[in-house]
Amino acid sequence: MLRFIVRRLLQLVPILLGLSLLLFTWLRLLPGGPAQAALGERATPEDIERYNQVFGLDQPIWVQYLKFLGRAVQLDFGNSSRTGRPVTTEFLERFPGTIELTVFAMVFAIGLGIPLGYLAARKHGSWIDSTSVIGSLLGVAIPVFFLAYLLRVVFAVDLGWLPGSGRQSVRIDATHVTNFYVLDGLLTREWDAALDALLHLVLPGIALGTIPLAIIVRITRAAVLDVVNEDYVRTANAKGLATATVRRRHIIRNALLPVSTTIGLQTGLLLSGAVLTETVFAFGGVGSALKDAIDLRDYSILQGFILILAVVYVLVNLLVDVSYGLLDPRVRVK
Amino acid sequence: MSAVGGAAGPVLQVEDLRVRFQRRGEVATHAVDGVSFAVAPGETVGLVGESGCGKSVTSLATMGLLPKRGVHVSGSVKLDGEELLGAGDRTLRKLRGKDMAMVFQDPLSSLNPTVTIGTQVVEVLAEHRGMKGDAARREAEDLLDRVGIPDPRRRLGEYPHQLSGGMRQRALIAMSLACSPRLLIADEPTTALDVTIQAQILELLRDLVQGSGTALVMITHDLGVVAGLCDRVHVMYAGRIIETAERRDLFARPRHPYTGGLLASVPRLDGGRGAPLTPIRGSARDTIPWTQGCAFAPRCDVALDDCLVEVSGSEVELADDGAGRQLRCRHPLTPAVPTAGAHP
Amino acid sequence: MSAALGDRRREKIDALAARAGQVPEGEGGVSLTRSAIRRLRRDPVAIIGAVIVVVFVVVAVLAPLLAPRDPLAQTLLGQVRQGFIPGAQDGFPLGVDQLGRDTLSRLIYGSRQSLLIGVVSTVLGLVVGMGLGVLAGAFGGWVDTLVMRFVDILLSIPGLLMAISVSVLLGRNQYALMIAIAVTQVPVFARLLRGSMLSQRDKDYAVAARALGVKRSRIVFGHVLPNSLSPVIVQGTLSLATAIIEAAALSFLGLGDPDISRPEWGAMLANAQEVLSIRPELAVYPALCIIVVALGFTLLGESLREALDPKFRR
Repeated sequence: MLRFIVRRLLQLVPILLGLSLLLFTWLRLLPGGPAQAALGERATPEDIERYNQVFGLDQPIWVQYLKFLGRAVQLDFGNSSRTGRPVTTEFLERFPGTIELTVFAMVFAIGLGIPLGYLAARKHGSWIDSTSVIGSLLGVAIPVFFLAYLLRVVFAVDLGWLPGSGRQSVRIDATHVTNFYVLDGLLTREWDAALDALLHLVLPGIALGTIPLAIIVRITRAAVLDVVNEDYVRTANAKGLATATVRRRHIIRNALLPVSTTIGLQTGLLLSGAVLTETVFAFGGVGSALKDAIDLRDYSILQGFILILAVVYVLVNLLVDVSYGLLDPRVRVK
Repeated sequence: MSAVGGAAGPVLQVEDLRVRFQRRGEVATHAVDGVSFAVAPGETVGLVGESGCGKSVTSLATMGLLPKRGVHVSGSVKLDGEELLGAGDRTLRKLRGKDMAMVFQDPLSSLNPTVTIGTQVVEVLAEHRGMKGDAARREAEDLLDRVGIPDPRRRLGEYPHQLSGGMRQRALIAMSLACSPRLLIADEPTTALDVTIQAQILELLRDLVQGSGTALVMITHDLGVVAGLCDRVHVMYAGRIIETAERRDLFARPRHPYTGGLLASVPRLDGGRGAPLTPIRGSARDTIPWTQGCAFAPRCDVALDDCLVEVSGSEVELADDGAGRQLRCRHPLTPAVPTAGAHP
Repeated sequence: MSAALGDRRREKIDALAARAGQVPEGEGGVSLTRSAIRRLRRDPVAIIGAVIVVVFVVVAVLAPLLAPRDPLAQTLLGQVRQGFIPGAQDGFPLGVDQLGRDTLSRLIYGSRQSLLIGVVSTVLGLVVGMGLGVLAGAFGGWVDTLVMRFVDILLSIPGLLMAISVSVLLGRNQYALMIAIAVTQVPVFARLLRGSMLSQRDKDYAVAARALGVKRSRIVFGHVLPNSLSPVIVQGTLSLATAIIEAAALSFLGLGDPDISRPEWGAMLANAQEVLSIRPELAVYPALCIIVVALGFTLLGESLREALDPKFRR
């Protein structure tokens, strides 16, 4: 198992190198180049020249890449052209919010998706089945940001049931230790703050989790329908095992294998969707910051954030691969 | 034959078993069409026929393992006198694995790939014998040892993909014998295995059944398996039994042209190098409904006009055919005209 | 054959056997494509999907004939005030937007641009992705390693973020939009085709062809590639849906096509956000169009998958 993990980690190296090269090239190809990116739209030609000299941009391109790589390894992605603060600082400040949001969305998608998919398969051909199939087809067809607006207008603006913007109400005077607001509330025992932060996650979380939910329902359903017809399920029944044992040990356990592999891929959808959802709910996480960076042409932020998010995505998938290994002995034990 | 397990009479009695598959919007197919047979304690009975003749469906219906939707089962299946058809799921689950067990064709796909062999054996012991923990593990180890798996303690912790094909089938047999069932159904247990392993598995089955009084139903298309193992043989075609005989009788004097054909299509060591193999014409698809005549007629070399209902006015019935034999044929092969090489 | 049975009787029995329906009508004789089409025609899901797609394509093609008004004319601009947009009225069945333009006509014309973006970006992604996939699948070895590493790198950036980077790089115009979406599709197609080709390459017929000394290019392009295409066709259909949704997302983020002479659903939806509190239906109409078209392509793609792969279950 350890060798499996090490091997997978080694496979990451070329991907991460390629990723850095890609984003390095991207910044270079931008109109105005890195100087413009760092100094912003209003920089004068003299500023740009001075910048180029100071940061060695007149050196050969491969030297520049190595320097970029060296800085990237130390998590130095330059400064935001808008605020002048380091990109990494900006990211770390906002990432906890996005993590809370994506985790909520994923819990929503998995917690609802797997039971629903299982139920649909067990009641194959019933109205529950048809409804979840149609629902899951609709789920992937709805533009995320439209759904986000819809939820916000209906449940926050019109009905006023749930908060529709930000991460926490202004009236709450919460202490922030980790910047994970829900966690902070629990750590400091400010229960109302934790609850308030949690409520702020509900609408954007549901909007963000809908596509993964739709996909998980469909995959679970298909997997259960497949597994139910497997020979080993027939064997389990032939052994006279209790229905509950057959379901738990022989059907669900095997049906979860294909589901677990897709969960890693869903993270990509979540990180993409976070840009849209956070924008609609003015959530103030990484996604909102990316939208601002697009509007203001803050290229350092774009480059740094996208690079870090890609690394996060790759790492999550590695994690999912490893846990898949734990679930499936055919991968683990050779 | 003495009754070992208490009740006298057959362990398994199947009467007029019919299984109809009805998919939405499709014509119903009669997979099993009035099959009757019985198996006595300690007896080994073979159900023989080509794929699609209904032999596997018969065994699944006996075990109550057919899906419920779109399947109609009628007739009677009695295990030690207790009616199984129409019995509730709970009742059947108590019987399956304990009083009647089954060994399947493909040992790899029949074992759960994500659960250890040990767990898969122990779960039967836990379900039916209430065994737990160390006691269950020791018993499982003992079972694996009995079916000839070397180093059983290590194997208990391994997964199906780590075992060879023969080992997997032995493990499945161990699971099926965990509660010393009164009835064991083996559905083509050797088809997926290497030839050398096949013989070992058959020998194992014979040894395990002999003396224990377990009734064994052997489902196969392989007459070699029948020759080595079975006391009685029922030959099936298109969902019906067409010939029944003691093993020795059947091989010596096949009466139904289909049985004759089956025997003729098996290569024989004593047949000489030049002796031709005679395959049966066509395939199991080339058949007519029994209501219109003998289903085998389209492939039969000796069929006559009166094999059709249209001509004779009646269906071909299964009738007694001398000592302990039954036959469903109007123009049986007479011993005087054996098909090429069709005698032992 | 024995003389026991007259030829006439023989025919009679054969006819009975055929009528019993035990012999399926030449499964082996009918080509896979033909039997797939036959399955599609019987599948209600496929029919619904196809009808949706066809209707929208017809609307797009006939837009100038169908649209009641000029989609660009700001006819009712005079009635628009701060905080007020006139609703549906005679001649404007779906009302007007904040610039006084007829919504229905804009939706009809919008289908052209939205479908165009979907089709062009998918075809672009398909062609490039298939090129990479064939390269990797046909040559194997280091070419395969190199191509697949590149594909892995592309895949490591979540889709929309990739599209954002490309879009920022190329500026705001419709071609940038199409390319940005295409880039996110490339690795998907490349991976799919390579995987499919690898599994086909090991099938008995390909091994047999190799053993018979058939030239490699002939095996790849004559046998392996055609047999590997079905998952790509399915994915292509499904990708049309994703492309249209993604275009809307990019428009929403301010990376859409700024040319106001080409109404587009994504842009309409994005623009409607400004006036959501006054006229929410201005967002709902284009969103519904996007959802229905995406659903149409998805239904078609899913039933194609089922038709091309009989083992697959919906």
